[in-house]
Amino acid sequence: MSDSTSDLLKLLVGVAAVLIIATLIGQWLAMRQRATQNTGRAADEESAIAKVSVIDNLNARINAWWAMVVLMGLAFLGGKAGVIVLFGFCSFAALREFITLTQTRRDDHWALAAAFFVVLPVQYGLIWYEWYGLYSIFIPVYAFLLLPMLAALRGSTEQYLVRVAETQWALMICVFCASHVPALLTLDIPGFEGRGVLLIAYLVVVVQISDVLQYVWGKLMGKTRIAPALSPSKTVEGAVGGILSATLIGALLWWITPFTPLQSAAMAFVSTLMGFMGGLVLSAIKRDRGVKDWGHLIAGHGGFIDRMDSVLFAAPVFFHLVRYGWDVS
Amino acid sequence: MSRFRKALAWFAANAILIFARLVTAVHAKWLGSEPRDIQRVYFANHCSHGDFVLLWTVLPPALRRRTRPVAGADYWLRSSLRRFIGCDVFHSVLIERNVANRDSNPVAQMVEALDNGDSLIVFPEGTRNTGESRLLPFKSGLFHLASARADVQLVPVWINNLNRVLPKGEIIPVPLICSVSFGPPLELVGGESKNEFLARAEGSLLALAAAESGVNGGQS
Repeated sequence: MSDSTSDLLKLLVGVAAVLIIATLIGQWLAMRQRATQNTGRAADEESAIAKVSVIDNLNARINAWWAMVVLMGLAFLGGKAGVIVLFGFCSFAALREFITLTQTRRDDHWALAAAFFVVLPVQYGLIWYEWYGLYSIFIPVYAFLLLPMLAALRGSTEQYLVRVAETQWALMICVFCASHVPALLTLDIPGFEGRGVLLIAYLVVVVQISDVLQYVWGKLMGKTRIAPALSPSKTVEGAVGGILSATLIGALLWWITPFTPLQSAAMAFVSTLMGFMGGLVLSAIKRDRGVKDWGHLIAGHGGFIDRMDSVLFAAPVFFHLVRYGWDVS
Repeated sequence: MSRFRKALAWFAANAILIFARLVTAVHAKWLGSEPRDIQRVYFANHCSHGDFVLLWTVLPPALRRRTRPVAGADYWLRSSLRRFIGCDVFHSVLIERNVANRDSNPVAQMVEALDNGDSLIVFPEGTRNTGESRLLPFKSGLFHLASARADVQLVPVWINNLNRVLPKGEIIPVPLICSVSFGPPLELVGGESKNEFLARAEGSLLALAAAESGVNGGQS
């Protein structure tokens, strides 16, 4: 077994252990809840129902985590092709959610079709061919020029700038940012050959665990809300506790990365900070559109964007830091 | 129907379902009725050729097998491919919309299908709504159907967003998330006139559309 595979296995076993513990706790809570209900001790019916839905949601989330870890593991086994296909599909699902919430109209049909069937595949194709010079500007320069042209050719001016900007932002977040995750495979780091998937695993694990820990810290001691209008559950205590504890976990994962423990802590800190901001920004968009979730595809989590928001914002920054700090090509 | 044709129809039906799910990630919202295995007439808004496919897709398989769309014979008999999809794949009840060419009464055809134990999908607007208004005025068929078989549940269904996926005149569908909402069943009240009943049916569909966008958070 190669070095990379055995390290990946160790990481997956670690993640599986955490999920097994979470599953046991979730099932235990559900069992205890049912027992309480049967004896009729729940004094206040409304709060009992609220508790059931919290526990149900928790268990739905844990199940969805299992599915995501299995899917991610399979993609890693598939190597570069597996990872590109997986994130290509995530981009597709996220873009579908994003565009659904925009105010695009009939006259945007060509522009939207181009976003889905030209821009998205071309971006992932460029990642496959490892053409950094083009994939790093393809969407922010060329797609940004192409889409308004297509929209203008249809001749409608109503809400033109808003419509164009919404489509551009959808591509930026759902395709450009997401594609920087598989792009990590294209980096050429001395002494780290063939271990690119570990960088992806590192980024995803650190950022996602930060989300979970922010939630946990927030529940335990959250008092001061950061932006009540955006997200009632995000607190200063949750954010600080989550980011710092995820930074610690990131430092402890240094052995799967090309970083030293201290560098690893710094990278984890920047990534989780970006991840936190990503969650905030995408909440703002949701509130603006008047919805609670981006979609309904992942039980307990809402849509793809709801789960990926933090990774989307962290990915390009993490990618460039690694590229400028460790890549030699 | 030959065994080969049957197998082909089964295959085509599943390919269409998978394609519909891939493009629209369609999901059902049961807002006032449940997916129960009883005989029903689902009446829905009509914006696109794909409307009945989406409604069909979100029904549980056991219900789907016994639910037939009511569609225009003039459209679905025009070529052998359409005939295959309309008759073999979706088991449509094909009715002649042009009164001059009619040799059978559409309501009688629908009643016959109900008497066979099937459920129906009908589009009371009679044609696709490509304008700005939410609904076109209902044709009278729904009333006659309700009068003929009062024991069959009438369920309003609002299909949301499909008109954005494939606006009239476009060829390439844009993937957007669609939903299909099922409202509380409607009954013909004794002594109710045709116009009163149709107005109430239209109202129930519009109320469902409003409730649906409320659930969804008021998207445009």
